[in-house]
Amino acid sequence: MLDKTAENGEFKVIGTRPERPDGVDKVTGRARFGADMVMPGMLIGKVLRSPHAHANIKSIDTSAAEALEGVKAVITAADFTADVPEAEYDTMVNCIAHGKALYDGHGVAAVAATSRSIANKALKLIKVEYEVLPHVTDVEEACKDDAPLLHDNIFTEGLEETPTTPSNISGRVQFGHGDVDEGFAAADKVVERKFRTEATHQGYIEPHACVGNLSPDGTGELWCCTQGHFMVRNSCAAILGLDISRLRVTASEIGGGFGGKTTIFIEPLALALSRKAGRPVKLVMSRDEVFRATGPTSSASMWIKIGAKNDGTITAMEGLLKYQGGAFKGSWVSLGCMTAFACYRADHMKTVGYDVLVNRPRAAAYRAPGAPMAAFAVESVVTELAGELGRDPLEFRLQNAAKEGDQSSYGPKHRAHGLMETLEQAKAHDHYNAPLGPNQGRGVACGFWFNFGGQTSTSLNIGADGTVNVSVGTVDVGGSRASMCLMVAEELGVPYEKVRCVVADTSSLGHNDITDGSRTTFSSGMALILSARDAKQKLCARAAKIWEIPEDAVEWVDGHARPAGPNAGEFDPMSLAEVAGKAETTGGPIAGHHECNARGAGVSFATHMVDTEVDPETGRVTVLRYTVFQDAGKAIHPAYVEGQFQGGAVQGIGWAINEEYIYGEDGRLQNAGFLDYRIPVASDLPMIDTVIIETPNKGHPYGVRGVGETSIVPPMAAIANSVSAAAGVRLTELPMSPPRVLKAMDDAKA
Amino acid sequence: MVKVNLWGSLKSAASGRASIDVEAQTIRQMFRALGEQEPGLVPILDSGITVAIDGQIYRDDWFKEVDDDSEVYLLPRMEGG
Repeated sequence: MLDKTAENGEFKVIGTRPERPDGVDKVTGRARFGADMVMPGMLIGKVLRSPHAHANIKSIDTSAAEALEGVKAVITAADFTADVPEAEYDTMVNCIAHGKALYDGHGVAAVAATSRSIANKALKLIKVEYEVLPHVTDVEEACKDDAPLLHDNIFTEGLEETPTTPSNISGRVQFGHGDVDEGFAAADKVVERKFRTEATHQGYIEPHACVGNLSPDGTGELWCCTQGHFMVRNSCAAILGLDISRLRVTASEIGGGFGGKTTIFIEPLALALSRKAGRPVKLVMSRDEVFRATGPTSSASMWIKIGAKNDGTITAMEGLLKYQGGAFKGSWVSLGCMTAFACYRADHMKTVGYDVLVNRPRAAAYRAPGAPMAAFAVESVVTELAGELGRDPLEFRLQNAAKEGDQSSYGPKHRAHGLMETLEQAKAHDHYNAPLGPNQGRGVACGFWFNFGGQTSTSLNIGADGTVNVSVGTVDVGGSRASMCLMVAEELGVPYEKVRCVVADTSSLGHNDITDGSRTTFSSGMALILSARDAKQKLCARAAKIWEIPEDAVEWVDGHARPAGPNAGEFDPMSLAEVAGKAETTGGPIAGHHECNARGAGVSFATHMVDTEVDPETGRVTVLRYTVFQDAGKAIHPAYVEGQFQGGAVQGIGWAINEEYIYGEDGRLQNAGFLDYRIPVASDLPMIDTVIIETPNKGHPYGVRGVGETSIVPPMAAIANSVSAAAGVRLTELPMSPPRVLKAMDDAKA
Repeated sequence: MVKVNLWGSLKSAASGRASIDVEAQTIRQMFRALGEQEPGLVPILDSGITVAIDGQIYRDDWFKEVDDDSEVYLLPRMEGG
């Protein structure tokens, strides 16, 4: 598949840094986000949410709310059919509770009214009779035999013996190879530790927002902020019993997603309210609702054990991971297990994972879901083991790094990748040898992510003036429209400025999977390159008609149709604009298309390096310097690649130092707002330096690897290694907040 | 024959077997043959899983070719963020 490389000097615009196509709209306020849509006759929707962590819903009386002037519709679970496909059932129940509130913030009813104040007043008139049940929010507590049970129909999957009693452990997974007992017996040094991480939110600035407009005849439209509007369409259609072709979903600009907008929370409620009211309904979450009712990542409890010989060779790696996924199955613990040891080569590896249910909101994906927590634990032990062996932490990693042909921790042998290059460049970087001051420490860590392809459909239309419109169905969360334009400009041989990219609605293209798995630049890019090649064939055919020579006697070179050889005849090359300008008389519009289930995504590795300083009096951690080394395969638009590296690092810094969900004894979230849940801001951070490594992915025409997720895998571990060095004590719990760091230092002194 | 390796906990649905040899030229044929040998795998295969062939990850790709000497691993369905 790889057919263009930088080494061959074949790229003309790939690798340049042109202005972003959405820049002007975003800085002038013209860009339309989820809450910006207004429709004629639009109502305002609001959701009533459970104040209890766990409660049976004995009754809901909506009569007083419905009688309030200005209220046009009230819905509860009774407005949704039970005949929903199994794959969507949990999603529906997470949107609106069916008989039982499973967490603080779980939606139980919704209203649509002519104003926000009337909608809020109506919520207060809805009478819900709850039977409060014992709750559990801690992952370890939930695993105990006497823990409050969330579901009486969930039995642990993946056990050798079929269980006969329900459990909060919904599944067990195991990966690995060899015999870890044999491996540890061969080790000279063994380090094992327990770790814990708290749940963190993706922290997107834009709350979930949508406008739904559903007619009684089952046709409708939905405007929403999402990472995947085709997913929204399919899920809503399934939940509401609609034909998917009758629901047109348009993705707004998105103010951050990071995985958190890969599912639905309010969209079917807006459509159900609209169907009942006969008018469009807008639903916009408050920040409180975003924290209490949308998906944070899992909290985790982990145990890691690694052994090595005195010469530094790792002999065995073993881990036990327990992730809670909120009140529903699906915590991504399997991906935690698969990625945990993926950076290393060892003859004996084993990871066991438990997917645990607790009374918290349903976990959603968050950049490389499942991997960062595991990396925090594993990379902490790797550095500690290196120290016990008297080895430099980077040298130790270089010695044991997984290479092409090594059996991976998750099964298959590794293909070519750039892990070694990230480590070698980190070791050679001046950051690694820069002096440190008192109370300062340096940490390094590696990270891995798979990256995916998936269903993709693109379209490319050439205008009569030779400018080009391309349509993709993958939402632009990180600048992908610029990368798409670059790839099309490269293929067609036209300036970047002549190509514009839009994210088309669900009625305009074939199905596109969500923008997740770091797949968009890879998959939509591949499809657009092939769309452009399709268009080039047609352009050559038109030129052939004009010149009255065979089609195969024309080739496309540097944005022009040219006779392919001396026997083709003497014709002046025709530019794209010249061929397109004659489209009307040579056969009509010229376009290119491609549909595929994109294969060939290449894995990605990163190494992060960070310096921190710990205040010995307060325990406060300051990040002094941070450098990311990551393999991008081929950076289409390097500024965006750097942005992905920096964004992942910054979110990891927040996860490591500040961010955590805090639950009270009553099972209610105590810090549902950015004042008490503190994400890093610019003044907290140094400039995040980046080094882009380019080990081409042979599965993409230009060598692209996804870059959006790997960058959040190493940060917590790198910072933990840095803080542990600065504080003189190993930190094993996240976040490394001042009280926790201070206590660890005090305990170490004691 | 293609040797299909199962992830650790999948063994419980496959009579404790860590790998299964099947006659297959594509992923779809492989799934069908696996289900015939180990019916306990059918609901898991039907729910959608990931296949690694010679280290390359494939999702929902029935007609990807599989060679007798391919290294094949079944893996849980993967999703990203």
